[in-house]
Amino acid sequence: MTPLLQVENIAKFYGARIGCTDVAFDLYPGEVMGIVGESGSGKSTLLNCLAGHLTPDRGAVRFDTRTQGLRDTVTMSEPERRMLSRTDWAFVHQHARDGLRMNVSAGGNVGERLMAVNARHYGDIRAKAIDWLGRVEITEDRIDDRPTAFSGGMQQRLQIARNLVTAPRLVFMDEPTGGLDVSVQARLLDLLRGLVREMNLSAIIVTHDLAVVRLLADRLMVMKDGHVIETGLTDQVLDDPQHAYTQLLVSSVLQV
Amino acid sequence: MSDYNFAYLDEQTKRMIRRAILKGLAIPGYQVPFASREMPMPYGWGTGGVQVSAAVLTPDDTYKVIDQGADDTTNAVSIRRFFQKTAGVDVTEATSEASVIQTRHRIPEQDLRDDQILVYQVPIPEPLRFLEPSEVETRKMHSLEEYGLMHVKLYEDISQHGDIATAYAYPVKVEGRYVMDPSPIPKFDNPKLEMAGIQLFGAGREQRIYAIPPYTQVVSLDFDDYPFQPTKADHACDLCDATDSYLDELIVDDAGGRLFMCSDTDYCATRRKQGHIGAQGVPYGEDAA
Repeated sequence: MTPLLQVENIAKFYGARIGCTDVAFDLYPGEVMGIVGESGSGKSTLLNCLAGHLTPDRGAVRFDTRTQGLRDTVTMSEPERRMLSRTDWAFVHQHARDGLRMNVSAGGNVGERLMAVNARHYGDIRAKAIDWLGRVEITEDRIDDRPTAFSGGMQQRLQIARNLVTAPRLVFMDEPTGGLDVSVQARLLDLLRGLVREMNLSAIIVTHDLAVVRLLADRLMVMKDGHVIETGLTDQVLDDPQHAYTQLLVSSVLQV
Repeated sequence: MSDYNFAYLDEQTKRMIRRAILKGLAIPGYQVPFASREMPMPYGWGTGGVQVSAAVLTPDDTYKVIDQGADDTTNAVSIRRFFQKTAGVDVTEATSEASVIQTRHRIPEQDLRDDQILVYQVPIPEPLRFLEPSEVETRKMHSLEEYGLMHVKLYEDISQHGDIATAYAYPVKVEGRYVMDPSPIPKFDNPKLEMAGIQLFGAGREQRIYAIPPYTQVVSLDFDDYPFQPTKADHACDLCDATDSYLDELIVDDAGGRLFMCSDTDYCATRRKQGHIGAQGVPYGEDAA
C-alpha cells in the first residue's frame, strides 16, 4: 500500500537553534498519528513544515496526490501546494479565530472552501453548509450568525466543519481541544473520532494532552528538544513508556 | 500659463504615470503600483483620476468631468477648471464632444467611441480588501487566481438580504483573469464596462492604476442560481422621460414628494432639447435652471 504521507528526515532550524530535526515517518490512509511533547519541543514547527506553512531546511514531505501519485510538497510550486491545502488537506488551528473568518457568517465560513474550488451554485453551497453544520452539531438556525456570536466550543466545531466540507484526505490538527473546558473537550473528541472513522480520514494531531491522543491516535510520536525520542502504537507508548522523558510525561498526568 | 508645466505635473511624473497606464492596458484588470504625487486637492477628491488625466491629456483634447453623472457639482467643476487653467484644453459638458472624460461613480449613458478615454477616480482599488486585510495576501490571491473569497461576499449578501445586495462597486472579472473593482459605479453600469473607449482607473491615495482596453470582456461575478442583474429605480425620468437611464431620486418637499431624474445631466439635457418631456418636466429652456 502507498503511504498517504511520507516524511523523510525533515529538519527546520531557527538560526542555530533546532526547531525539529531528523523526523521521518509514513502515514497510511485512515491512520491517525499523534505528536506529543512539552511546549517548545518542536511539534508545532514540525506540523507547520508538514502542512506547508513553513519551509523545512532539509528533507522531503511526499503526499500521495490524486492524479500524480507521491509528490514532494516542499519542492512543488506554490499554486499546487495552496491548491492541496484547499482541497485534500485541512488544518485545524488551536484557536478557532485563526482558522475562521470572524466577520463572515457560519454558512459563509463553511462555504468558502467550496467556492474556492469553483462551486457557483448558491443553493448547493448552502445545502452543503447546513449538512455540515448538522454533522458538527450546530443547528440550522445558526447558519447566518457570525462566529463571534458562538461559544468557544462551537467555534472549534465550526472550524472543523469548514475544513472537512471539501472531503480532505489529510487533516492537520494543532491542539484542537486547547482552551476548551473538559466536558466540551470530551464532546469535541467524540465528534472528531466519529468523523475520522466515518470519513476514513488520516490525521496528524499535535497536542500536549495525552487523553486526546489516547482517544484519537493509532500511533504516537513523542518529541523533546526537536528530536523524536519515542514512537510506537499509542497504547504501547502510553502504557509501557521506554524513554525517561516519556515516563515522566505519562506519570505527570493527574489521576482523578 | 507660464506658471505651470502643461497639465500641472512635470514631464518625468507624466512619463512614470504613462508607463503604469501602458502596463495596466497590457494586463487588463491588474493593479499597477505607481508613485502617486501630492495634488492641490485632498485625497478622496479624485487625485488618482486627476493624475491619470494629466498624463493622457494633449493640448488638442476636449475635456469633460462628471461627478455622479453630473457636470455641475463642486468636484466636477473644480477639476474641470483645474485643467482649463493648467493645460488650457477645451472643456465641454457634451459626452460626444469630449475626448477625455474623467468620472466619479458613473459611466455616461451615451456609448463611448474608440477615440475617447474614460478616466475613473477610484477610492479603494482592491476588491478583496474588506475580506482580506493583508495586502501581501491579496496580491498573492490575485497572482494565483484564488478568487473564492469574492464569492463569499456575494454569498453573505444573499444569506442576509435574499439577493445580491451589492449595488455599487460590483466586482467583475476582466478577460477571464483578474477580478477588479470597477470603482463605485452602480451595478447598472457594469454591462457598459465592455466598451469601445479606453478605460483608465486611478487611485491616488492607494497608489494604483489599472485599465480596461477597448472591447475587453468584463464579466460581473454571480452565482448560477442568482445571476447578475443590473438594477435601477423602476421609474422613468421625470424631466426627460427616459426609461433606459440610471436615475437619482430627489425628495422635493416634506410631504413625500419625490422626483426621479437622470443622474447623467448631459444625457437628460440632450433629450430635453430633443423635445422629450417627463411627468414633472417643462420644455427645455423654460425652467429657471
